[in-house]
Amino acid sequence: MRTLLLALWIAAIAIVAIAGAGAEPFVPSGDDVVVERLPEQGDPTLKELKRMRAVLANDPRNLDTATRVARHAIEAARATGDRRFLGQAQAALMPWWTAADPPSAALLLRATLKQSQHDFEGALVDLDRLLAREPANGQALLTRATVFTVRGNYTAAQSDCRKLARLTTRLVVSSCIAGPASLSGDAEDAYRALAQALARAGDPPGIRAWALTLAAEIAARRGAVDAADMHFREAFALDPRDAYLRAAYADFLLGNGRPRDALPLLRDETRNDSLLLRLALAEQMLPEARASFDVHRAELAARFDAARARGDTLHQREEARFRLAIEGNTQAALALARENWKVQREPADLRILAEAARAANDAGAQKIVDEWIAGTRLSDVTLAAVRGARR
Amino acid sequence: MIRALALLAVALLSAPALAHKPSDAYLTLERSGGVLSGRFDLALRDLDNALTLDANGDGEITWGEVRAKHAAIATYALERVTVASSGERCTVSVTDHALDTHTDGTYAVLMLAGSCPQPGPTIAVDYRVFIDIDPQHRGLLNFVEQGQSRSVVFSADRPQWVVGGDAAGPLRQFATYVHEGIWHIWLGFDHILFLVSLLLPAVLVHRDGAWRQAGTFRGAFIDVAKVVTAFTLAHSITLSLAALGIVSLPSRWVESAIALSVVLAALNNLLPVVANGRWIAAFGFGLLHGLGFAGALRDLGLPTSSLALSLAGFNIGVELGQLAIVGAFLPLAYAMRGTWTYRRVILAGGSAAIAAIALVWLVERAFDVPLFAMLAAGRWADASRFAIAT
Repeated sequence: MRTLLLALWIAAIAIVAIAGAGAEPFVPSGDDVVVERLPEQGDPTLKELKRMRAVLANDPRNLDTATRVARHAIEAARATGDRRFLGQAQAALMPWWTAADPPSAALLLRATLKQSQHDFEGALVDLDRLLAREPANGQALLTRATVFTVRGNYTAAQSDCRKLARLTTRLVVSSCIAGPASLSGDAEDAYRALAQALARAGDPPGIRAWALTLAAEIAARRGAVDAADMHFREAFALDPRDAYLRAAYADFLLGNGRPRDALPLLRDETRNDSLLLRLALAEQMLPEARASFDVHRAELAARFDAARARGDTLHQREEARFRLAIEGNTQAALALARENWKVQREPADLRILAEAARAANDAGAQKIVDEWIAGTRLSDVTLAAVRGARR
Repeated sequence: MIRALALLAVALLSAPALAHKPSDAYLTLERSGGVLSGRFDLALRDLDNALTLDANGDGEITWGEVRAKHAAIATYALERVTVASSGERCTVSVTDHALDTHTDGTYAVLMLAGSCPQPGPTIAVDYRVFIDIDPQHRGLLNFVEQGQSRSVVFSADRPQWVVGGDAAGPLRQFATYVHEGIWHIWLGFDHILFLVSLLLPAVLVHRDGAWRQAGTFRGAFIDVAKVVTAFTLAHSITLSLAALGIVSLPSRWVESAIALSVVLAALNNLLPVVANGRWIAAFGFGLLHGLGFAGALRDLGLPTSSLALSLAGFNIGVELGQLAIVGAFLPLAYAMRGTWTYRRVILAGGSAAIAAIALVWLVERAFDVPLFAMLAAGRWADASRFAIAT
């Protein structure tokens, strides 16, 4: 029975590998055969985006239409994790993409897109220019605070957040501050302020879901597992489409030894590389998901190869996790984690660097981690577990 | 057993785990002599954005909807990818249409066939597919020749690549560029005429306002050697600087100045201003001619993987070609140097003819008017002529 099982798995993987390789072009048997389903099928938001893009195509220099298309496309990319929408957003902004001094609306969206391409310096240049022009542009302040946080510049981030005080709701301000504050030694105060702001109603569901996600992540780093789980579930109920939230919740469940609970979050999200990685990580822990794990592992390897072929470095964090946890390739994982750390300094970036450093027993990388924690006074129970284990 | 089947079903269900991927297209080109073949895979989703494949707008693309747009797809793709070799555009056409599955969905597959009229050591590919509707699009080219393949990535920031030229191994490649350099000087009339203008008086000396025959072969040889060395040194410097991208001047300016240099060199034989220091003129104008050689080399393309080797090969080829001209010219001119024919017909008449031809080139190139289209066309076609070593 066991041998038969094994043989079937191998057969299944072979079939998948052959199918995935796309070895031979084919011609469908008839004109009625559906050969591709477009993302807008059954999605009114994406259908509307497509319609607006058609309007823009006839009038490409119309700033109002262009910024609406770009905003919708960025939103679609965020919700689906599909980077083709970011390309569409950039296409909409093409008349202003290289302009030295574009209109404010285009400048803000351009900075957002540069941020999504990990061009953080370019994003900061645009945001500085915009804020010099409009010091009270709340969205620009919030975006710049986010970029500063990703780069690990928590003082500058909090300074921008405080400038939001008169411009937006208390929940937005608390959320903005909570991120950088919680990463620089003030996790307890930041969490309390955020929880108080969350206790008051009035903000739209999208904002609340964002704030709840932040609260959940801070609680998780502080080891408050039950609170974190509750916040994640509340956030998820408000915004079930958000791919970032799904990934964060899945990471939390995986970190707390609950891979089975992560499966329903991820099973239907295999188009998104980040979520497929979490799915494979969950399946790796579950003996009954072995066959599916093998398929997903091969699929992820193919996708990272495809990304490398096009010259992408946007998935270094994810790929480092894949190489370390799934492939067991410690050296490759460490190299990726180190490269990634040069660009992004979020807790997840530090965690994979710490894990790879420990696995490779690399003193240099461990020193980077230790110095960062000492310098920022970061407290994170999951990180402490990694560092504790190495001693 | 039932459990095993269930697992198998799970595995197969997860098989078409389509990815969200940024927009990529895959171009494969294979070259054998002057013949091109290949395939081009373009995502149906991207084609839908460019050409609206989903005619009925139901969010599903059927094979019938793709078939209806086959001609439009072929035109769209071929208009945005150009392939050239030796500065001459290759023709490429779509011979067949099919589909294929990639990690992020179904792609249209265009089977390609084509030919290059002037097959040089490299091909230059210019790729601008989809970049207007998605600036993050990438074109992944796989170029195959003599069983070796190379990959490059086109993007909005980098729409042009030169590939090939390094398939045959370093020695063969070096030989290829030497060969090309020789042909370039032989068929580049302006370079030959410039050299000839400087060499014509080498077997003579200018004394008391008239050309007289040089006394010794040694003297004539030294004079020639000085001119040729100065010319070679100068054009090697600028050829290298230009090929490495350190110096860049507009080609119209360079070509006009080269024509002017020929006019001046020829006139100097009729009304000598510089008589016995012609090597200085050879050096100064040689700098210009080097920039001209670089233009021809740009058309051929330099393989990035062995730039220095190919550049050296081309340069050495130019010198060899030049040496052959000198070798043929000098003994003949030396033998004839005492005759009236040499001084009157060859030196005076030849120089006047060269000056006249070069003057036409100068006007043509400076004002961009084809007075002398035949010769000019000959020069460009010849400059890019190439016979790959068999």
